[in-house]
Amino acid sequence: MKTYNNKAWFLVLPVILVVSFTALIPLMTVANYAIQDIFSPDNRLFVGMKWFYDITNDTLILSAFKRSFQFSIQALLIQIPLGIAIARIMPKSGWKASAALVAVAIPLIIPFNVIGSTWLIFSRKDIGLGGYLLNKFFDFDFTSDPIDGWGLILAVDVWHWTPLVVLLVYAGLRSIPEPYYQAAAIDGASTYAVFRYVELPKLRRVLLIAVLLRFMDSFMIYTEPFVITGGGPGDATTFASILLTNIAVGQFDVGRAGAYSLIFFLLIQIMSFIFYTVLTLQDREEVTKTK
Amino acid sequence: MAEIRLENVAHSYDGGSTFALNPISVTWKDGNAVALLGPSGCGKTTLLNIISGLLTPSVGRVYFDGVDVTDLDTAKRNVAQVFQFPVLYDTMTVRQNLAFPLKNRNVSKDVIAERVEEIAELLGISKYLDIRPLKLRSDLQQLVSLGRGLVRKDVPAILFDEPLTVIDQNFKWTLRGRLKEMHNNTRHTLVYVTHDQTEALTFADEVVVLNQGNIVQTGTASDLFLTPQDEFVGFFIGSPGMNFLDGKVNDGAVMVGSTRIGTTLSATTIANGNVRVGIRPEFLSIDETGKGLPVEINRVEHRGGYKLVHADSVQGKFVAKLDNESALVAGQSVHLAFHPERTYLFRDSKVCGTVNVKGAK
Repeated sequence: MKTYNNKAWFLVLPVILVVSFTALIPLMTVANYAIQDIFSPDNRLFVGMKWFYDITNDTLILSAFKRSFQFSIQALLIQIPLGIAIARIMPKSGWKASAALVAVAIPLIIPFNVIGSTWLIFSRKDIGLGGYLLNKFFDFDFTSDPIDGWGLILAVDVWHWTPLVVLLVYAGLRSIPEPYYQAAAIDGASTYAVFRYVELPKLRRVLLIAVLLRFMDSFMIYTEPFVITGGGPGDATTFASILLTNIAVGQFDVGRAGAYSLIFFLLIQIMSFIFYTVLTLQDREEVTKTK
Repeated sequence: MAEIRLENVAHSYDGGSTFALNPISVTWKDGNAVALLGPSGCGKTTLLNIISGLLTPSVGRVYFDGVDVTDLDTAKRNVAQVFQFPVLYDTMTVRQNLAFPLKNRNVSKDVIAERVEEIAELLGISKYLDIRPLKLRSDLQQLVSLGRGLVRKDVPAILFDEPLTVIDQNFKWTLRGRLKEMHNNTRHTLVYVTHDQTEALTFADEVVVLNQGNIVQTGTASDLFLTPQDEFVGFFIGSPGMNFLDGKVNDGAVMVGSTRIGTTLSATTIANGNVRVGIRPEFLSIDETGKGLPVEINRVEHRGGYKLVHADSVQGKFVAKLDNESALVAGQSVHLAFHPERTYLFRDSKVCGTVNVKGAK
């Protein structure tokens, strides 16, 4: 007879408590807001799914999501290849490798709003070096031109987060055993073939992590557009989180903001799940085929 | 197919403070199968990588057919090399893996298809051609890895770095036979690194024994067995290895303890003093006359076709390989006779003479 002892559940209790206070209770508060219209703490009205229906027809919110989605895709398309390219040309060992790693990692340790302020000043055409130089070649003004504003935020995100991809890929590349490169040399493989058939397959797992992290973070981008463009010019850089903050804190429309948050949260979950499923498709095929 | 010549090749991994490989000069004839035999860390893989160009030697030059290839990279040298553990391209099928070295060199599709089938047939992996190697057992993976080394015909040499380590013992014999047969047909120059003497001795025309970065002896299997030039060769080749006893040379007489085992046979006389007396277990027999070295039998191992007798003498432990008829039991005291001409005297671990056992009194 197998003996059952349920005392182990007590060991899980602390985790359940911590997670309750850090995630479950706040999330349920949001869920609570999402189904009410709250005028003041004493004056509230149960509205059911009204906010959710509203949001699906709200062009402001829908276009903000669309903008965030486009931004994430562009960020991924630039940062993943760029990160791989930089990691591949970094020194492999010795003091040069350490120096390169430190240099690459610097953007990651600067506080978000410092990055925003730095780039804000740097890109101004009157007092910023970058803005001044760009204006030598063409008219660049992120405060009035929507494309310039978008481009600047994208550039800041690339500058800030490509290093994360570089570090992940660099670690992945270093873990490829030397004989794989030796065998490729013996087989006469070109640099491209080494990348395509040796490195890329071995990098699949770190790239999965990089894509997931970069998607989630860029989809939720807030501080940089808040500091640099404030969501403008017009609504060019009003990404989903900027609009959410405006609704929740600016208009104090907590019911709508609650519903918005839940949908935002779900979207990220669903997108991450899709990325994960697609990128691990091959792994699962292999598992199912071997017995 | 090429003659490989190394000229004063040496290698240091740490910029010259220690040498993994001390200066070596050798020539291996075109079409020969050469085995590099030695314990782990003796420099055999280093030597192999220098030949294939994965490693540039710290000093010395490498020649293929008289052409200096020292500064050519691996791809240009065009040699094939097989590694100790399976190294495969995960995203390719077995067929694509085998075709890869040919494809990179722009061989025509028909030739590739034909060669791949041929090699798969030789290695017995034809039925796995269309699946990914990741799904195979590790010994089958190693066969695919091996196949990639064999698939090109126009290589100057094929280098093997202990390729059969992960292969099942029974299949090893089959595979060695097939490799040997393939070598007889194609006459590629083969260089085969191994620490397994059986493998080296059955496979190679020429065996090079390496120890601590030096070539200690080169020769055929029987050269190494019958006339070891170095204590290491005596000890490393043979199973079990050579017995060594402390002895003395005294005016031409060879003494072990107080037993005179013979006179020196060497043309040059050997100076008086300490020597190490080496004798293979195969060349010891029981001396019925009672004049041989007195030993006490410690343990008798029955090995089917023969007996291994472990014995103690005044000068140390002994192993003798005796035929089944000899009735011996542990605890028994016997005298051992040394086979004429097969007893070697060593000084500073090099051979300095042999013994004329007939001169024993």
